[in-house]
Amino acid sequence: MQRRSFLKGTLAGSAVAVAVGAGLLQPRLVLAAWPKSAFEAKAVQDAVSGLYGSAESTPSSDITIKAPDIAENGAVVPVSVSTTLGNVTSIGVLVEKNPTPLAANFELAPNAKGYISTRIKMGKTSSVIAIVVAGGKTYSARKEVKVTIGGCGG
Amino acid sequence: MAKSTIRARARLKGDTTTVKALITHKMETGQRKDKKTGKLIPAHFIQEVTCQHNGKTVVLAQWGPAVSKNPYISYQFTGAAAGDTIIISWVDNKGEKDSTSTKIK
Repeated sequence: MQRRSFLKGTLAGSAVAVAVGAGLLQPRLVLAAWPKSAFEAKAVQDAVSGLYGSAESTPSSDITIKAPDIAENGAVVPVSVSTTLGNVTSIGVLVEKNPTPLAANFELAPNAKGYISTRIKMGKTSSVIAIVVAGGKTYSARKEVKVTIGGCGG
Repeated sequence: MAKSTIRARARLKGDTTTVKALITHKMETGQRKDKKTGKLIPAHFIQEVTCQHNGKTVVLAQWGPAVSKNPYISYQFTGAAAGDTIIISWVDNKGEKDSTSTKIK
């Protein structure tokens, strides 16, 4: 009996090891790990430069941010970013006045369209900034969203 | 089998596939206080969501705690056919993970 449970234990253990190995071996679009410093940055500039190497970005009218003008609940603000720019490699979503502005970054493969939609939290009324990296250049757009109830701690 | 935390749907229209997914996750920011104890609730949020089509990553999302509770993600891509497999997987800051697959309709 003891031997049997021992065997069971080792089998279960190795199955977990295989699962972890498979997870690590998944093909990645970029090798970069989760950009901790960019997500912890307290200023928009630092977050953008931490992600894309440079804080410089060109304002572009080819980026559309779809977000409500007034968000009744800051905990759930639907945001869509779409762009007509070609060769889009990343789309970043930042909230200027959140404690840590960077909300999300999306790395896109060449066959992905320049469109992303998600829901974010906003502490208070702020600009939502979209950063689009297309063809090696960084573009940005912003949209003001009024928040009536904050999403952090409220 | 436990119910997946991800609900995903992929639809082909013309040459563009639109994928929409909802993930069940509490997305704790680490800045909220427990009202009873006054202590900060530790951060617990999804850091990476990988969206694959036929084994190739199409979108890699890197998220911070400012993504809403029970996150929603939608993206579009080209070059897929009906019946292809979409795999969506996430991993959070505590190393928990889940994945699901769906077929393009």
